[in-house]
Amino acid sequence: MDEASVIDATPPVEKALSQDRGKLGRWRLPRSLRRFSGPLLVIIIWQLLSTVGLLNPHTLAPPIQVVRTGWDLIQSGTLGVNAWASLKRVLVGAAFGVSSGLVLAVLGGLFRIGEDLVDSTMNMLRTIPVLALEPLLILWFGLGEPPKIVLIAIATSFPVYLNTFSSIRGVDNGLVEAAQTLGLGRGGLIRHVILPAALPGFLVGLRYSLGNAWLVLVLAEQLNAYQGLGYMLAQAQEYFQTNVIVVLLAVYGLLGLLCDAVVRLLERRLLVWRRGFSGT
Amino acid sequence: METRLQRDVNGRGPEQPPVVHALGVRRSFGSRVVLDGVDLDIAHDEFVAMLGRSGSGKTTFLRILSGLDTDASGEIRLPSARANVFQEPRLMPWKRVLDNVVLGLRGPGVKEKGRQALLEVGLVTHEQAWPITLSGGEAQRTALARALVREPQLLLLDEPFGALDALTRIRMHSLLEDLCRVHRPAVLLVTHDVDEAILLADRVVVLADGRISFDIRVGLDRPRIRRDPRFDELRSVLLSELGVEERGSPKRITPAALAD
Repeated sequence: MDEASVIDATPPVEKALSQDRGKLGRWRLPRSLRRFSGPLLVIIIWQLLSTVGLLNPHTLAPPIQVVRTGWDLIQSGTLGVNAWASLKRVLVGAAFGVSSGLVLAVLGGLFRIGEDLVDSTMNMLRTIPVLALEPLLILWFGLGEPPKIVLIAIATSFPVYLNTFSSIRGVDNGLVEAAQTLGLGRGGLIRHVILPAALPGFLVGLRYSLGNAWLVLVLAEQLNAYQGLGYMLAQAQEYFQTNVIVVLLAVYGLLGLLCDAVVRLLERRLLVWRRGFSGT
Repeated sequence: METRLQRDVNGRGPEQPPVVHALGVRRSFGSRVVLDGVDLDIAHDEFVAMLGRSGSGKTTFLRILSGLDTDASGEIRLPSARANVFQEPRLMPWKRVLDNVVLGLRGPGVKEKGRQALLEVGLVTHEQAWPITLSGGEAQRTALARALVREPQLLLLDEPFGALDALTRIRMHSLLEDLCRVHRPAVLLVTHDVDEAILLADRVVVLADGRISFDIRVGLDRPRIRRDPRFDELRSVLLSELGVEERGSPKRITPAALAD
């Protein structure tokens, strides 16, 4: 069940170009390793600059020190506790945001009245910078968890809404007519035609949403939080701990990557029909 | 505008009423009148081909019989068991072949019936395939199975072979002929391919200027061959009805054809 082997990620252009290069018979690293060589090179140069003294450790800590700090933070459990607090906020906030975006998109996409009520409202609201809502949310929900969760929920609902709505509207009319001649009623049409057709768009929206969630979280956690990566970041900034800051940036990156990987896995599972891979 | 739709034609007496009875069917889009009183009856297990130039309204007429166009007026009597095959297969890409075939059907044994239909079109080994992996001909055969499994009294075909290559089309023609011989539905095939109409149909009608302008029974024995001189003759007649003159043909151009 090796699904990865089914997808050939090499773009056709590159494939065509690399056919000539292959003949030169140079040494070749496996693709997966080659992908790491760029970032690795950056880290090596960074370390060199630090060792030679061109980079001040108070401005930017050298990679070796960052790794050591990271290890210490993991060992002491500080990082784990705070990362978990952040992840929980993202998951809960995104759960609310994604589901409400989806419900609104279905209502707006399927019913004329829904479109009139929902779509204009959503398009108006989405132009507001979400972070500017923070003061209001604190006034409404107090200082604890709720304003952070609500902020993430709002930030994640828009991408899901927009992408799902437009793909519901973009369903091939030929398929809708075919379904009608096959005797599908309204419910069957939604279940067997419209929702499956909107799934790819929804997943694109989901990816944007999770990216947004982490973006908003950083700032939400720097205000009135006693736990979480944003809180750690604010603390580190206060004490000029550039090593901790870099560790946290890396953790943010990794968590973002993790979320992306989850959505990609979902896509692979849910959209098999696009590639025609039939073995499960 | 008034539409009288009477469904369920069950009478099977010695003088069977037609499966399709259309009288004075009109349809206009804005000020443009596309159908201006179409009269057409189709008998039990009769195969009717409808020819017409593009824009003649033949697809509109088919859509009215399919129930996809509900803004027509006139008298239309139809059986409730109808099935469509369109020019494109229109399979749901997210459903495997068998699930596409049985889509919209309920009850026990539906999958088995679906498999039976796939067997008839020669695709039983593809029941778990995704539509994207099918060739054009295979996809259209799946669409045909999806129509047949509904046991239609009326099969509506909208240029179903128009998008296929010539070789596949020949094979689809014989497949359709075989299937019709077994299942005996009434068929309305809309096409602009004169040869296809003569090969398959019991009766050919021409739609022009919003009406049935020509109606002829095809008296040739099956299987029909294009080399048959009577085939040739019928082709010339139909082409000139459509306002097309064959090169080298001595026939005159009718004033009606010039007016179009």
